[in-house]
Amino acid sequence: MGQTLLQIEDLHTQFFTSRGVVRAVDGVSLHIDAGETLGVVGESGCGKTITALSVLRLVPEPGKITSGRILFRGRDVTKMDDEEIRDFRGSDVAMIFQDPMTSLNPVTKVGFQIEEAMTAHNRFSASLAKTRVVELLKRVRVPAAETRVKDYPHQFSGGMRQRAMIAMGLANEPSLLIADEPTTALDVTVQAQIIQLMKQLNRELGTAMMLITHNMALVASLCQRVVVMYAGRIVEEGPVEQIFRSPQHPYTWSLLRSVPRVDEARKDRLVSIRGLPPDLTNPPPGCKFHPRCPFVIDRCRVEEPSLGEVALNQVARCWVLMRNVKEDDVAAAKASALSIEAAQKLKADAEAAAAEVDSVAGS
Amino acid sequence: MSVTAGAPFRRGAPSFLSWIPTGRGTTLTIYIVKRLLWMIPVLFFVIVITFVLMHLAPGSPWDREGRQLSPQVVENLNIKYGLDKPLWQQFLIYVWGVIHFDFGDSLRQPGQHVSDLILVSWPYTFTLGAVTFILLVPIGIGLGVIAALRQNSLVDYTALGLATAAASTPNFVVGIFLIIIFALGMNKLTGGTFYFPTGGMPSPFNPFQVELIMPVITLGALPTAYIARLTRSSTLDTLRQDFVRTAWAKGLKARLVVIRHVLKNSLIPVVTALGPTFAFLITGSFITETLFSIPGIGRTFVSSIAARDYTVILGTTILFALLIALVNLVVDVLYVFIDPRVRLTE
Repeated sequence: MGQTLLQIEDLHTQFFTSRGVVRAVDGVSLHIDAGETLGVVGESGCGKTITALSVLRLVPEPGKITSGRILFRGRDVTKMDDEEIRDFRGSDVAMIFQDPMTSLNPVTKVGFQIEEAMTAHNRFSASLAKTRVVELLKRVRVPAAETRVKDYPHQFSGGMRQRAMIAMGLANEPSLLIADEPTTALDVTVQAQIIQLMKQLNRELGTAMMLITHNMALVASLCQRVVVMYAGRIVEEGPVEQIFRSPQHPYTWSLLRSVPRVDEARKDRLVSIRGLPPDLTNPPPGCKFHPRCPFVIDRCRVEEPSLGEVALNQVARCWVLMRNVKEDDVAAAKASALSIEAAQKLKADAEAAAAEVDSVAGS
Repeated sequence: MSVTAGAPFRRGAPSFLSWIPTGRGTTLTIYIVKRLLWMIPVLFFVIVITFVLMHLAPGSPWDREGRQLSPQVVENLNIKYGLDKPLWQQFLIYVWGVIHFDFGDSLRQPGQHVSDLILVSWPYTFTLGAVTFILLVPIGIGLGVIAALRQNSLVDYTALGLATAAASTPNFVVGIFLIIIFALGMNKLTGGTFYFPTGGMPSPFNPFQVELIMPVITLGALPTAYIARLTRSSTLDTLRQDFVRTAWAKGLKARLVVIRHVLKNSLIPVVTALGPTFAFLITGSFITETLFSIPGIGRTFVSSIAARDYTVILGTTILFALLIALVNLVVDVLYVFIDPRVRLTE
C-alpha cells in the first residue's frame, strides 16, 4: 500500500433541524491510500453521501461539520479558508454525483462545463484546457467527442452525461475521485460500461477512488477495501475478499445475503433486512442495529460495542460476531426472513407512514 | 406554431420545400412571419368581442348628464355616424375601415381622428412606461438576487419587506403620499425653492424630466416588487439544484457559480414575466396619469369608455391587443436565445 492520501478522524457532521439534531455522520474514521479504491456501503440514509460531502465541505444547510479532522496529504480540510477550500475542490479531490440527469447545467454547453473545471484551477492554461476537453471526452469514450463538446446536456443520453461527469471529475487529474452512486441512475448495460471505464482509469492514472454505493456487486468488482456504514457509524471495515467471505457484523452479513447470486443454486431465500434504518434524531440505545438484528443479545440493547479487530485488517462493531453465531441460528434467521416481495411491501408501508408523520410534523 | 422544449430544429420537412435554405436563422424568420400572420385572426376576435360588449352596454355616446339632447339631434347624429344602421353593417363598415388603417372619427371629440388621438396621447404613456421598465429591470432583479443569495439575512428581510409593502399598497395611495411628501411638503419646507413638480409631463418624448420621477415610482412600485419576488424565489430554487452543487464541487469561484450556473437558469422565468410587465406599463395606467395630470392613453381609454366613445374604445383596444401580442412574440423569440432546450417547431 502507498502513502495515506485521505485520513478522516472522528468526523461528526450534524444537521440542525426543527425536529432536533440529526447525527448524520457520527464519529467516522477512515483512510484512503494513494491509488487505492475504497468502497463505502450501506442503505440510503446511513451517512455515506454526507461523509463524502464533508470531505469537500459541501454539506448542505442546515448541516455542519461539528468536530473531527479531515486530513488530505496532512492538510486539515476543515480548517482551510474560503480560497484554499475552493482551490482544493475539483483539483485535489473531485466528486461525481449520483444523478447525471440533474447534475449538469442545462443551459451551458457540456464542453464548457468541463473546461471551466480546469480554468478554475491553475494546472492547465486556458488554451490547453480547451484541447484537453476533447481528450477527456475521448478518454471516457464519448463518440464524436470533437462535435459533442458543443452539445448541451439535453442532447446527451444518461450514460453519456455520466461519462461527461467523470470527464469533469478527471479534468484536473485529482489524486482522489469520490463517486457517489455513479451507476444507480443508469441501465444495466451502461452500468457495466461505466464500471469498466472507472476500473481502467484507476489502473491507468492511479487515481484513488472512494466509491459510495449500496450495490455489493459494484464493490466486489471495483474495490480493494470496503467500509460498511450504518446509522452514521462504521460497523465493519476490511479487505473486500475477506468481508465477502466472512462478514462478521450481522448488518454486513444481511447486506450480502440480500444480493441474489448467479453462481449459486438458489436454495437459500434472500434475506431482507426487516424495518428501516433508525431515525437519526433519536437513535436507539446500545448497538444502533440491534432492533433489526436477528442475532441480538441482551448486551446489545444497552451498551454500544466499539470497533474491534476481528481478523487481520478487519474490524467490526459487534458483541456477537457472525463467527460465534450457531449454524442453527443462521438457518433460523434465513428461514424466518421475509420474501423480498413481503419485505418490499413492509418497507413501502413504513415509508408511507413516515411520510405521513413528516407531513403532519411539517404542517 | 408553438415553442416546445427538446424537439429538434428541422424534422420531416416536405421535399418540395427543399429549396428553402435551412438553419436557425431561416427557421426563426419563418416562425416570426407565421406568428405575425396569426395576429390577424387574434385582432379580428378582439374587435368582435369589444364591438359586441360595447354595444351591449347600456347608454349611447349622446347621453349627457343633466339636460339631454333632443331626440331629433340624436337621430341626426346617429345618421351622421352610421349608428342608425343594423349592427352587423356597422361592424363590417368598421372592419373595412380598419383594413385600410382608418379607425374612424371620435364620436365625442368632433373632427378628431382616433388615430390622431392615439398618436398624441400614446407617446406620454410610452415614455413613462419605458422609463419605468428600464429602471424596474435592474432594481427588481437586483433586489431579488441579493435577497436570495443572502437568504434569511437582514438584507433579505428588508428587500422582502419592501417588496411586500410595495405589492400591497395601491398605487393611488403611493402616488398621493408622494405628492404630499415630495411636492407639497418639500415645497413648504424649502419655501418653494426645491420640490418635485406634479404638473404632468411637459414633453411627451423627453425621458429625463424631473416631472417623471414621482409618476415612475407610482407606476413602477408594484411591478418592481413582483419581479423582485419572482427573481428571489426562482433563484432560491436554482441554488438548491444539483448542477449548482456540481459547480461548487469543481472549485469555481463564487462569482462564477452565481453568474454562470445560478442566474443563467433562474432568470429564465423572470424574462417570461418581464414581457407582460412591459405590455402593462406601456398601455398606461389611468390612476397614475390622472394623479399626475399626464395626458396619456390610459386616461384616453378610460374616459372613452365612460363617454361610450365607440371608435376610441375600439381603437385603443386594438392597439393594446397588438402591443401585447408583439411583446409575447418577442419573449418567445428571446427564449430561443436564453434557453437551449427550447426549439421552434411547426
